[in-house]
Amino acid sequence: MTELLIGIFNGVSIGSVLLLSALGLAIVFGLMGVINLAHGELMMLGAYTTFVVQNVFRSFGEPWFNLYILFAIPIAFLVTAAVGFGLERGVIRFLYGRPLETLLATWGVSLILQQFVRSVNWAIIFGVILFLFKDVLRWVFLKLLAIASLDKPSVRNWGQKLTIPVATVLSLGLIFAVNATKNEFLTKAWFSARNVDVTAPGWLQGGVSFGTVQLPYSRIFIIVLTLICLAGMYWFINKSNWGLRIRSVTQNREMSSCLGIPTAKVDALTFALGSGLAGIAGVAITLLGSVGPNTGQNYIVDAFMVVVVGGVGNLLGTILAALGIGVVNYLVGSGTFVTLFTSMQVPQFLLDIATFFATTSMAKVMSFAIIIAFLQFRPAGLFPPKGRTAEL
Amino acid sequence: MNVVLSRRDKEKKSRTRLFIEAGVIVALMILTMVVLPLVLEDFRLKLVGRFLAMAIVALGIDLIWGYTGLLSLGHGIFFALGGYAFAMYLNLQLPEGEMPEFFMLYGVEKLPIFWEPFRSLPFTLIAMVVIPGIIAGILGYLVFRNRIKGVYFSIITQAALLVFFNFFNGQQKLINGTNGLKTDSSFFFGQRVGEPSTQLIFYEITIVCVLLVYLLCRWLTSGRFGRLLIAIRDDETRVRFTGYDPTWFKVVVFAISGAIAGISGALYTVQSGIITPNFMEVSFSIEMVIAVAVGGRGTLSGAILGTILVNAVRTYLSESFPEIWLFFQGALFLIVVTVLPDGIVGWVKDVLLVQIRRLTGRDHPLTYPAIAEDPVIQSEKEQLTKDEV
Amino acid sequence: MSNLGRRKFILYSSAALGSSILLKACGTPPETTEETTTEEGSTPAAEGGDTIKVGILHSLSGTMAISETTVVEAEKLAIKEINAMGGVNGKQIEAIVEDGASDWDVFKEKAEKLIDQDGVAVVFGCWTSASRKAVKDVFESKDHILFYPLQYEGQECSKNIFYTGAAPNQQIEPAVDWLLENKGTDFFLVGSDYVFPRTANTIIKAQLDAKGGTTVGEDYLPLGNTEVTPIIAKIQAALPDGGVIFNSLNGDSNVAFFKQIADAGLTPDKYPVMSVSIAEEEVRQIGPEYLKGHYASWNYFQTVETPENEKWVADFKAEYGEDRVTNDPMEAAYMMVYLWKQAVEQAGDAYDLEGVRNAAIGQEFAAPEGLVTMNANHHLSKTVRIGEVREDGLFDIVWSTDGPIAPQAWNQYVEATKGYACDWSDPAKGEKYEI
Repeated sequence: MTELLIGIFNGVSIGSVLLLSALGLAIVFGLMGVINLAHGELMMLGAYTTFVVQNVFRSFGEPWFNLYILFAIPIAFLVTAAVGFGLERGVIRFLYGRPLETLLATWGVSLILQQFVRSVNWAIIFGVILFLFKDVLRWVFLKLLAIASLDKPSVRNWGQKLTIPVATVLSLGLIFAVNATKNEFLTKAWFSARNVDVTAPGWLQGGVSFGTVQLPYSRIFIIVLTLICLAGMYWFINKSNWGLRIRSVTQNREMSSCLGIPTAKVDALTFALGSGLAGIAGVAITLLGSVGPNTGQNYIVDAFMVVVVGGVGNLLGTILAALGIGVVNYLVGSGTFVTLFTSMQVPQFLLDIATFFATTSMAKVMSFAIIIAFLQFRPAGLFPPKGRTAEL
Repeated sequence: MNVVLSRRDKEKKSRTRLFIEAGVIVALMILTMVVLPLVLEDFRLKLVGRFLAMAIVALGIDLIWGYTGLLSLGHGIFFALGGYAFAMYLNLQLPEGEMPEFFMLYGVEKLPIFWEPFRSLPFTLIAMVVIPGIIAGILGYLVFRNRIKGVYFSIITQAALLVFFNFFNGQQKLINGTNGLKTDSSFFFGQRVGEPSTQLIFYEITIVCVLLVYLLCRWLTSGRFGRLLIAIRDDETRVRFTGYDPTWFKVVVFAISGAIAGISGALYTVQSGIITPNFMEVSFSIEMVIAVAVGGRGTLSGAILGTILVNAVRTYLSESFPEIWLFFQGALFLIVVTVLPDGIVGWVKDVLLVQIRRLTGRDHPLTYPAIAEDPVIQSEKEQLTKDEV
Repeated sequence: MSNLGRRKFILYSSAALGSSILLKACGTPPETTEETTTEEGSTPAAEGGDTIKVGILHSLSGTMAISETTVVEAEKLAIKEINAMGGVNGKQIEAIVEDGASDWDVFKEKAEKLIDQDGVAVVFGCWTSASRKAVKDVFESKDHILFYPLQYEGQECSKNIFYTGAAPNQQIEPAVDWLLENKGTDFFLVGSDYVFPRTANTIIKAQLDAKGGTTVGEDYLPLGNTEVTPIIAKIQAALPDGGVIFNSLNGDSNVAFFKQIADAGLTPDKYPVMSVSIAEEEVRQIGPEYLKGHYASWNYFQTVETPENEKWVADFKAEYGEDRVTNDPMEAAYMMVYLWKQAVEQAGDAYDLEGVRNAAIGQEFAAPEGLVTMNANHHLSKTVRIGEVREDGLFDIVWSTDGPIAPQAWNQYVEATKGYACDWSDPAKGEKYEI
């Protein structure tokens, strides 16, 4: 009996990590049909935020340091939500209706973010700030032209067209110039390509003992965090005004737009929300694994599987999919089937198959195969969209 | 001002175009097959050979993405399968009774059964095309049968990629895991594969294959079949309502694309000297796709051009600025997708040529070329003008 | 030349192209020997004028960048020091750094580039066994020199590679012996899913069989995987009352592994973990509080007490920052540059590759870890140490051999290589001969 409970607990704890990392993805995909390949990198940013918060709190001393993770959650949410907002405004909104291009563009973004955390230093921050304030630059430039009475429509037009290239060149120039100063403070990479160390606060280390086994506090924390995020999402989507708008845009974008719902704002908000959830997932994974530039890549494909199995636009589907995949991964990978088959006297070849897949890496192969088989029965996931919006 | 073309003129024009195309191809063949080997050093020539091998898989990707609108992120599977098939053959070119050396590391004493057929060259040559083709076909059938499309298709191909990656990576005892298979010190018809002279042959074979695959794709995309592919891309539902079953067309074209990737992988492997599960990593397949996008999808020349260009830039940048290569690559993705959606070839066609024509005063904008060029309408027009007079 | 037949084959098969190929084939030797090395003998690469070019080939991007960048720093430091002391034979060393991008294929391509295009006199590089295996062909066919700084699984002995890390009998085998004596006889083996852990575990299993230990289970995580729950369940099922965990995980997975076993209550007193890929740098990234009390086996720890080490640690910190640590792969990378320098000085000319290779055998160097000697099998005699992780992330050395241990390239526990050895000082023996 305890073994069964432990098994369920382990399956659920694997599933909860999957769910947390897939939640934001599912919302964005459900609403906008956008596959965000940079989602993993947003998680990574969340994890790095946790690292920074941890270091700040370390300097505050003991009672505070223990609580850093509680502060890291909202801060990571805000940071990644801001990055997500910028991403949506800067790139993704130009690509609506072209999901495949969005996919490629977000892959590009993920590469940039990975390299960003590797080489970020003050020089790069200055460059980014300069780029973000490109509109101010243009405004100043045009004012100067106006003073020189050169302000003609054609000049304005060119100013509009050239803003981004010029700002890019200027920012790159600034970055190279600052780096060329060789100033230790300005050019030292903040994180470098190496992993950084995030230590769980004392109260999250260890666990509750059950006979020979121990349920880790960190896992319990993640499960609780996932539940809170789910409850929050449920409330936000179903009870708040913006949630109503989000739901209406999900169901019928044109009609919502006609009825005066600001779809552009809804898109930006949803994307920021999804990214923010990635940030929270980023905080959670610091309890389990490494924090480094490649962290996001370790989670992203599993998260996609959850979304694909769960179906679009239904939280329940995502939850069930995450838990299902978690349990399958655990049962196959931990060799439970092998013990089960041995005690059940099943034919030898079944036992051989079970043994063959009973390593962690082969369990992944197995669970992907099961997913593809599952999609034969439910091609649009567990809860496919119904009604007129459903595609043929 | 309208350009009026009779049917004969039209035929003449298309024939001229064909001649120009043939001329360009012949010129390029001479350039790559004769001039480059004379000019470049061995190391650079090998790089060109590898880029050209990549151009073959790019043609396959263009076929399913550019023409049929299916974005596969799993072409690394087929590429690697082709490479593994050929590498297995080369690894088995040993004296009777010996096994490839790496098996010793894991204490394997008997050659795994699926290696056996790869002792034969004909089987290998067929297998490196057919196995990827069949796997692509099966995967395609399972996916398309359920009308899974769009990003779902992309994600599933990516998942399949990971399955294969984990499998090849984890099975040291069967296929040497992460280390992959090396080919340089094997023998092909008694010649060491790594030898520059042997490499030169593979280089020339690659060029011939590029040409053949190009012609195949051109033939596939020019006729009825090609138009149907484009129709599937543009509106699949309508194709279905017109009485076609798009599923089988998609399966067939995906299988062909996979087979092409297999050829490409085999040629790439002998020239790079190694095939590893790394070719089944997510990034490799996406990079192949973006190369096609850079060149211009939906145009075969674009696929080849883009692949060579992107790989050349990659080699140059990662030699000169290794630490910031990812920034460039990421920016490339963004720029191609947002600013140059039709790639370089599309930009040349749509923007550059139009601008040049406009500047040189040879601009003949036709609002509805099909109507303007239709002989019936022309004769009616003439009739009307006559009447007026 | 042997390829005349095939040249004819081309000629007949495509008369038009044949001429060009023939031109190419015949035209190669006089025109391009300056730039490239041919396959026979050790033809010198491009003479570099006042400098000697050396290649540094590690991953600066991708999964392995985390580890490999530290090795690059150590190599650059050694080169800088040598240059400051007047260089090698009065010539300055010029390092050409290439990125292998954690991709074995790229490693191979870049190795070819370094040798053919840049004309380097030696390459310092690689971390994973897979990347070394990938470039091995290149170095052998071009008869060049690679210095490889990592401990590895052995079962290899290339004429063109010098291995400055530990062979299995200088790291894994003593660690297993020590565990059997001090910690228990039931072993659970955990590793990353690639060659080093798999081969290492093959050796460990053979050794345990020979010495009366038992392997109760083994499992492999894909590189980069961070979900350890199934493995923990397996360990708990196989070793309910505690036992030894032998860990050859690499990279990111280590972090997940140690965080999660600590949380699951697998503490070092009941489940001591012996790691062979975790050094000071990794301890820092994982967090010492998760690792405290676990063990690692290396030839070098930052806490080794030698005057050379004191100086080196100080120099390294001065160069790269006070907060940095040094570790075994970095130390091996650092000293291999010096070993090469000594060999070149003895041979007289850096581009006399054959001479340098011969001169390298027998070179002694007072490395931070103590005296090392290059053996005839291209591996180093090294001291073996076992360390226990302490609070500050460094190691307490709990056991060490009395002096340097001679390396065995071919493993003496594995059936297939038992009774074989390697000796490059004697052409008749070479890569593999029966003792």
